[in-house]
Amino acid sequence: MGAVVLQKQFESLLGGHLGWQAKPVAETVPSGVEEIDLAAGGLPRGCLTEIVGASSSGRASLLVSILAKATARQEFCALVDAEDSFEPHSAAAAGVDLPRLLWVRCGHSAEHALRASDLLLEGGGFGVVALDLGDTPARNARRISLTSWFRLRRAVEHTPTVLIAVERQSNAGTSASLVLELSRERAHWTGGAPECARLFGGMRTAIVIGGRRRQGLTPLSVRCKDLALVIGDRQHCPRGAKSAPWDSGVSPQE
Amino acid sequence: MFACLHGTGNLAAVAFDFSPMVERTLLDTVTCDVDGLDRLYGSAQELAAAMARRAAETGVPAAIALAANPDAAICAARGFPGVILIPQGDEAKFLGALPVSLLGPSAELQVTLERWGIHRFRDLAALPPLGIAERLGMEGLRLRELARGEAERKLVPLDEPPRFEEELDLEYPVELLEPLEFLLARLLNGLATRLATRGLATNELRLSLHLENRATHERTLRLAAPSLDGKSFLKLLRLDLAAHPPAAPVVRIRLGVNPVKPRAAQGGLFVLAAPEPVKLGLTLARIQAMVGEGKAGCPELLDTHRPDAFRIPKPGDPGKPGPRVAKTAPWDSGPSSFVLRMFRPPRIARVTLDSGHPSFLTAEGIRGRILERAGPWRTSGDWWTAGAWSRDEWDIALSDGVLYRIYCELRGWFVEGSYD
Repeated sequence: MGAVVLQKQFESLLGGHLGWQAKPVAETVPSGVEEIDLAAGGLPRGCLTEIVGASSSGRASLLVSILAKATARQEFCALVDAEDSFEPHSAAAAGVDLPRLLWVRCGHSAEHALRASDLLLEGGGFGVVALDLGDTPARNARRISLTSWFRLRRAVEHTPTVLIAVERQSNAGTSASLVLELSRERAHWTGGAPECARLFGGMRTAIVIGGRRRQGLTPLSVRCKDLALVIGDRQHCPRGAKSAPWDSGVSPQE
Repeated sequence: MFACLHGTGNLAAVAFDFSPMVERTLLDTVTCDVDGLDRLYGSAQELAAAMARRAAETGVPAAIALAANPDAAICAARGFPGVILIPQGDEAKFLGALPVSLLGPSAELQVTLERWGIHRFRDLAALPPLGIAERLGMEGLRLRELARGEAERKLVPLDEPPRFEEELDLEYPVELLEPLEFLLARLLNGLATRLATRGLATNELRLSLHLENRATHERTLRLAAPSLDGKSFLKLLRLDLAAHPPAAPVVRIRLGVNPVKPRAAQGGLFVLAAPEPVKLGLTLARIQAMVGEGKAGCPELLDTHRPDAFRIPKPGDPGKPGPRVAKTAPWDSGPSSFVLRMFRPPRIARVTLDSGHPSFLTAEGIRGRILERAGPWRTSGDWWTAGAWSRDEWDIALSDGVLYRIYCELRGWFVEGSYD
């Protein structure tokens, strides 16, 4: 007798479909980007969210925005940095409360990063645990087995933690509940000649939101929506440390 | 409930292991208040057994008695060998066989009692109080109360500064970590119990290992918050010793803790629970054993303009207030900071110049024509120290679409990171 028949019999005995297998919908938290929150409903707690994209597509800016939002909610966050690429000054300027951020520098080892994430999830108590594999070579990231991703998914399940993985391309498969795929469109440069008067003014990026696996029994529904967002301007002198660009900058020869 | 230890040796140290309220009754007798220890040890029998074990471990031969009042415990400890537990209300029955001389009457009173044929506690306890008051006065009444086990009084506490240290001389040198762990567990349990009986916790563990080659291996572990979790302490010590093993076999262990008040914290109703401090300390120790010491922690910005200036303080280090940073959201439409992904160490680059401006970049994993550039941004600092620095920065867009920050200093060109 098939499982479906058994289920129907059971439901008819109980007087109709009672949703006895349905799980509660995951609570979501804002990402700090209004468009993403409107389109995806925020980042789900107890689930894995992947932020994927090429270099300079805005992955780190989005991650920092999520961390800033979480620390503003008085939550403790952990950043597992596989390639030691986190820059605390830009993060602090973006609003991340650094005393609430635990930074694990894994020294170019994706394996250590995975194990550290697992330990942090096991310890519990974090609002956001971010695994940054953004600069890890794609071939190394692809070598991470689906079992490892599944293990992380199981570790974060039934916890109030938002697990985020930043990668060049999606590797977690069905373990990821939400995939934010970023792609750069164009950079904005303000000012004209000479070059010392120009400013890197920002970047336009497109985001494709893909919900590969929804929480509970809801069937896989891929709902994509393209967003065109402008990542903010570069503030070249965050602490007023730098002088104005020099016309006669002495540059060494090659 | 009161406990009395009668014997030789450092009785007070044993008593202090169980209670902060210790009275030195006589040179060879110590009494302590052990009320409320049932949560730690269970029944009174288990507490008495634990005290006997502790006395045996520390090499203090002592008779131990537990009773509802201190004087009954003192009489029982001085009168009976071994461990005795007197149930409340049965004091007269238990103490009845003891000689009256144990109560320490004056010489005149002793003679009188002997003349009356009063030799045991039970004989004195059976006499009518009015008659004793008429013939022997207040002292006689006091002795009758003691003989019946009904005397009530407060202890006079011994004011001895507590030392939370344990030492263990080993019979043979220990080479492996595993047997060392067993010994450390024993010392930690004793210290944790002593702290618990005083309502204290610790935020620092000091381990001193005397080695066979006469050297001393010292380690100090600071916890983020006071705790009393002996199992976690043992795991922390194990991880630390695995990362920093002693250079020779261990012949003597000394373990000390810093007694502090326990942490009292109340979580917010609508705030997510923070990581539990000791558990987090353990997780961090495990991570640091994997990635290296000083590679995990909360970053702290340094008050300098030097690029990439930060530090990760060790647990327990007092944090310094960092520089004020203007906060802006990276996704706002207004001016904001842009997040940089650092290359650590910076990648050495070869840059082709065209009219003094970078036009082609080659570095490890990076190669392309520079399509857009902004700069140079000249920065320098610390020229008044030996660590002076000076450089020209450029923001560039390569032909592959990636945005980089490159800089030029005396040593040449470097790629500092990419904007992301």
